[in-house]
Amino acid sequence: MGLTVDYELKETILLARLNGELDHHTASELKESWQLALQQPGIKHMVLNLESLSFMDSSGLGVILGRYKELKAEGREMVVCSLTPAVDRLFQLSGLFKIIRFEENERYALETFGVVLS
Amino acid sequence: MNTNMMRFSFSSQSRNEAFARVTVASFVSQLDPTMDELTEIKTVVSEAVTNSIIHGYNSDPDQMITIICTLSDDEVELIIQDEGVGIPDVDEAMEPLYTSKPDLERSGMGFTIMENFMDHVYVHSTEGEGTTVTMNKQFNRSKAMSQ
Repeated sequence: MGLTVDYELKETILLARLNGELDHHTASELKESWQLALQQPGIKHMVLNLESLSFMDSSGLGVILGRYKELKAEGREMVVCSLTPAVDRLFQLSGLFKIIRFEENERYALETFGVVLS
Repeated sequence: MNTNMMRFSFSSQSRNEAFARVTVASFVSQLDPTMDELTEIKTVVSEAVTNSIIHGYNSDPDQMITIICTLSDDEVELIIQDEGVGIPDVDEAMEPLYTSKPDLERSGMGFTIMENFMDHVYVHSTEGEGTTVTMNKQFNRSKAMSQ
């Protein structure tokens, strides 16, 4: 259980992959490390990969929306990709699909920012 | 009717959110729910327990939350109780996107998720005494094994 996050820099794009369970407990830890990762120089936009997220509740929606708003306020963009059916349902319910851009997989999400993986 | 019941209490600490939802899911597994139904149960337990911690107890880690789970045939009843500050206006609290704590990055979706994932959600709250959330759900009958 718990949550681990892998941050990786792909050119000017911060890629974050979440593994495990995102609830109120893990959301506060995630917020800290996520804000720190976004402070690295040279990062323009970001891709959030939720493929390995085995559980999420409304606290997860809150922390994702929080980072989305911070990025948007700085003219930066966040794309979310690789949703599991359960996580997809929560985004549908909350209406975040109308606000945040979602892509099917990580490769395509990065490509929309001009990052081409070999 | 075969009724099976369990009750447990735990400290109002966020680390117990995972414990609570996994414990309930484990008990409910006796009804042979689908993976989707199990995810729904885990999610609503997480939502109600998080509400009790953040709102009921204002993140005081030394209070207690009690969960009572009753299985009757193919139906589950979940009762999640705290003895916290209570909700002044339950109807307002249950509105989608309403949150009393926007500074904590709450999405305001907790009750909306509970109402979507369960058949019935009933909230009883008294200011200064606490909040009890009662939820019911009937599992898919068609796939139930014949007795």
